[in-house]
Amino acid sequence: MAKSVAHHHNEEHGHEHVHHDLDSLKSFGFWIFLMTDVIIFGCLFAVYVVLRNNTAGGPTADELFKMPGVIAETFILLTSSFTSGLAVLAMHAGKRNQLIGWLAVTFLLGAAFITLEVTEFIDMVHEGATIATSGFLSGFFTLVGTHGLHVSIGLVWMIGLMLQLRKRGITKVTKRKVEVLSLYWHFLDVVWIFVLTVVYLMGVM
Amino acid sequence: MWGNLESFSDFFVTGDPMILGAQVSIALAMIAIVFVLTVFKKWGWLWREWLTTVDHKRVGIMYIIASILMLFRGGVDALLMRLQLAMPDSEFLHAEHYNQIFTTHGVIMILFMAMPLMFGLFNIAVPLQIGARDVAYPFLNALSFWLFFFGAMLFNVSFIIGGSPDAGWLAYPPLSELAHNPGVGQNFYIWGIQISGIGSLATGINFVVTILKMRAPGMKLMKMPMFTWSVLSSCLMILFAFPILTVTMALLFLDRFLGAHFFTLDAGGNPMMYINMIWMWGHPEVYIVVVPAFGIFSEVVATFSRKKLFGYSSMVFAMISIAVMSFFTWAHHFFTMGSGADVNAFFAVSTMIIAIPTGVKIFNWLFTMFRGRIRFTTPMLWTIAFIPCFIVGGMTGVMLAVAPADFQFHNSYFLIAHFHQVLIGGVAFGYFAGLYYWWPKMFGFALNERLGKWAFWFWNIGFYVCFMPQYFLGLDGMTRRLYTYDFDMGWGPLNMISTVGGFLMGVGFLFQVWQIAHSIKFHKRDTTGDFWDGRTLEWSIPSPAPLYNFATDPQVKDVDDWWETKQKLARGEKLPPKPALEPIHMPKNSAIPFIMSIFWFGLGFGLVWDWLWMAIPSFIGVAACMIARSFTYDDDYYIPVDEIKRTEEAAAALKGATT
Ligand code: HEM
Ligand SMILES: [Cu+2]
Repeated sequence: MAKSVAHHHNEEHGHEHVHHDLDSLKSFGFWIFLMTDVIIFGCLFAVYVVLRNNTAGGPTADELFKMPGVIAETFILLTSSFTSGLAVLAMHAGKRNQLIGWLAVTFLLGAAFITLEVTEFIDMVHEGATIATSGFLSGFFTLVGTHGLHVSIGLVWMIGLMLQLRKRGITKVTKRKVEVLSLYWHFLDVVWIFVLTVVYLMGVM
Repeated sequence: MWGNLESFSDFFVTGDPMILGAQVSIALAMIAIVFVLTVFKKWGWLWREWLTTVDHKRVGIMYIIASILMLFRGGVDALLMRLQLAMPDSEFLHAEHYNQIFTTHGVIMILFMAMPLMFGLFNIAVPLQIGARDVAYPFLNALSFWLFFFGAMLFNVSFIIGGSPDAGWLAYPPLSELAHNPGVGQNFYIWGIQISGIGSLATGINFVVTILKMRAPGMKLMKMPMFTWSVLSSCLMILFAFPILTVTMALLFLDRFLGAHFFTLDAGGNPMMYINMIWMWGHPEVYIVVVPAFGIFSEVVATFSRKKLFGYSSMVFAMISIAVMSFFTWAHHFFTMGSGADVNAFFAVSTMIIAIPTGVKIFNWLFTMFRGRIRFTTPMLWTIAFIPCFIVGGMTGVMLAVAPADFQFHNSYFLIAHFHQVLIGGVAFGYFAGLYYWWPKMFGFALNERLGKWAFWFWNIGFYVCFMPQYFLGLDGMTRRLYTYDFDMGWGPLNMISTVGGFLMGVGFLFQVWQIAHSIKFHKRDTTGDFWDGRTLEWSIPSPAPLYNFATDPQVKDVDDWWETKQKLARGEKLPPKPALEPIHMPKNSAIPFIMSIFWFGLGFGLVWDWLWMAIPSFIGVAACMIARSFTYDDDYYIPVDEIKRTEEAAAALKGATT
């Protein structure tokens, strides 16, 4: 929109139309991208399940996982999904500052999640459980780490989006971006539920 | 700091006279290019018109140029192997060098020749066939190209820096693991494929959205040109298959880089898991490249038989069922793994079932030709030659699919002959047909037919001379990836014949190069925009297509809409008036795809050598490029009506001047 100098009403309408299409096109593409991401996670889950019992004399899931930390992570991430939903609601109500505020809360929760996860990883490494210890741990660190990497990317993205919102307010484009980001965030939440079940709960059971 | 590098000779490959020759000629060629660009003051032009373009037509041309270069490199590899095998006990290549050559040959031909040539044709034809202004995401499209390009460069550079990979084109562990393959060659393999693979995945997404969302008004799915259908089918397979490749390469890298145990023999790794995963991508991959060739044949057959394609809906059905089925046959690549009779039986049957839709298509093409007024142009010749070739290739495939028999055929020259027959006879012939067919659309002139026919006959005769003997060599017990053999094996004569055939195909390639050079110099300009008297929308606009493709959105009523329009005009019917011109919304050029891909290259190169001082800044560069893109709001502009009017009038004048 930025560049177009509308000469008369008709043309202006045409441009709006093009832009509307472009934004829905981009959201659609993002859905497809998420589908490919599902396959990536699917493969990592499958690999983990195949290697789960190959502990090669190293620590087993049962010995390694500390559930209280994991449960805290889960609550934090679920809450962040909720707050990202509140951000979208604020956006639809047209309240920019509220939107940025909820995004900031979401960001902090996401960062807390990552901090806990990294601490958990560091503890494990200190106990001698590294990615090189066994097939099981290779699968574990890669699967959980890939999820963590996704969350971290989401955090960077969130900062960028908050800056853009501050500068440009709620426009068609920023709206689409917030929607896509929140979709991504909910998606990571769902993946985490699977991580929790397949890796942690089934690991300690 | 220097990671995997211990001495200078670890970095530059030294000591082999052939590689030295290549190094010198690459250096000379680079100097020559820089010299020419500087003398003719072409740097700005190169940057503005090509390196930063987001126009699908130019991206397509760049893909095609790159893939022809890769065809040359892959072809030289092939001829070196054939020279080595021509005679028993040959000492032309030593074992290690031979291993490297068959590895790079396979990777280059599939991933850096077939894939980009295919993407080039997608870019050239699909938006024009569906009446669109561009692909759905032009920026992403340019990024895909540059990721492919720098991925391919990273792979190729291993030849002069660090040493080529040598664990086969699919790099089975444990051979490709650090313990058995300590050099950096295998790292180049991983990162070259990983970087270009991300580009391929993005292209898959791009074209699925383009085809589903950007078709001209009135073009229902069942009115799409058949090539567009084939692209949709191929891209859907890309969406499901390439993420698996991404994961597989990442895990192999973690094994090598961090000492993980995914595919190692010790500490709970499982090499067979790699082989399953790589073929869950790999089998769909062979269909990803062949289905668009089917699409091309469908267009060519209809155009040059001057008939509607026979069995449109059965064709669509066949393509979609091939796409689905291709995900359920992967284990036929390792019947010998020992998964037991039930598993093997399942995969044997599913493999044989794929031959059914393929057979349907063959009959459709034959019925299209039946009683058609066939014109034997070069695209049509390749199509006609493809049919018997693919039938034989498919039938030997079914023989391989008989699991118990495959214990004999597996990894013998019989297998080599099978897949070359489908890949050359299907994929290469198909893409050549497409290249000749759309060349006038790309450049506004056709390629010389006479030289094209010479090329065609050399390729074709060469093909049979080269590969038919290999079936018999396979039955005689000659296994693949064998760098030499004893005189007493008795394989000498057939191998010699095969080598002669290989060189005949090489001559065919030279004819094609000559054909292109000759046509650039002596061509006649095509002013009609419809060089072949075509049937689909791309032929309704000037050649080469204007920047914005279609001045106004075409209104589609029929399959082969342009053909029907021409029929109506010939009958003197009036066409509905064209809507008034409006300013056209266009994406701006961007330097980000190019720059970001250079950072990807740096990241890959750094990780290959374990140079974190290079990998980390490059990674930050990649991230910075993404952020820069996200903050770019001013990325489009409008072409004003006057300019469209002027362009259209110029094209009409050119057409009027000659007819
Ligand atoms: C009628 C359809 C086909 C059937 C039934 C079929 C069957 C098979 C079977 C059973 C194998 C494994 C043999 C072994 O390793 O012992 C095989 C290998 C192969 N096929 Fe096909 N195939 C068919 C079509 C194709 C097509 C269309 C392509 C490519 C365009 C293709 C490319 C390959 C490749 C590249 C390999 C082996 C690669 C390797 O081991 O390195 N095939 N085919
Ligand atoms: Cu296969």
